[in-house]
Amino acid sequence: MIEKEYLYIVLGMSLVTYLPRLIPVYYLSGRNLPGWLIEWLDLIPAAVLGALLLPELVTGGNPRNFTLGSLEMIVAVPTFLFAVKTKSLGGTAIVGMGLYWLLDIIFI
Amino acid sequence: MKNKNHSFGSLSDGLSASWPICLGYIPIGIAFGVLAQKAGFTIFETGSMSLMVFAGSSQFIAVSMFSAGAGAFSIITTTFVVNLRHLLMSSSLSLFMGRSGKKKLYAFAYGITDESFAVNISKFRNGNWDINRAMVVNFSANIMWIICSIAGGYGGQFIRPHSFGMDYALIAMFICLLVFQLRGPIYVFTALIAGISAVLFSLCIPGNSYIVIGSVIAAGAGVFIKKIVK
Repeated sequence: MIEKEYLYIVLGMSLVTYLPRLIPVYYLSGRNLPGWLIEWLDLIPAAVLGALLLPELVTGGNPRNFTLGSLEMIVAVPTFLFAVKTKSLGGTAIVGMGLYWLLDIIFI
Repeated sequence: MKNKNHSFGSLSDGLSASWPICLGYIPIGIAFGVLAQKAGFTIFETGSMSLMVFAGSSQFIAVSMFSAGAGAFSIITTTFVVNLRHLLMSSSLSLFMGRSGKKKLYAFAYGITDESFAVNISKFRNGNWDINRAMVVNFSANIMWIICSIAGGYGGQFIRPHSFGMDYALIAMFICLLVFQLRGPIYVFTALIAGISAVLFSLCIPGNSYIVIGSVIAAGAGVFIKKIVK
């Protein structure tokens, strides 16, 4: 590996990753934002979590395919119910991991 | 003395919020280290990427691109696109930062990831959370990420990271954090639209732009519906 090129690449990667993380929080903090923007930003967490999770559960492979009934998806159902019932983050992580581990052993 | 207690409180609050992230980073960090080592990266190169970039999926992609002989420009551009979703998370976090401590934001922003965002935003929403606690979450996750990628680079073949269902830790965590966000019908609607449109976009466009596109569309639809219902 050419070390100098590696250095440029990592520096470039860190810059293009850091700026989108910094600029909004830096410039929007403490400002009076218009109402519609606040409402939109208030919905962003639910939207981002939905957009991160569902493809993880119902798609797979490369290129991506729609897949129903993966182990990830099956375990998600009781994990979701447990989270609704207990509202415990640590508990849900443990239960999800335990079920995934157990079913993985049983099915393979 | 009072000050000391206060910072100890931030540390323990932050750590008790971040342990599911740290656990979930074990298999992924080790997997990254193994991949990088196979691609010919030295331990220093692997560790420095995890330190400086700290963005899991883009690091995997960068290493694969590097081994496939891609040039600096295309690797950096791809990283930019893959990590653009943090723009949304950073914007959303800004609602809770208040006016004080602009300087701290430089350090805080460095640690905004999918995982730390999801944990911190629900803590901020509940109140009783501040930028110091949020930074403990960010930096403990970061340290874990660096340690695990280095461990993977040293001897990933000999570690068995896939035991105890650790592969599922982050998914389970995201499921619970999503439940925290579902505070009313409009949030359920937004999350559903986001999930469904993200699935559709993930099937027709390569890469992970589906996260940004799905989120922007869904939050827009949510604002629109709220306006109509009013």
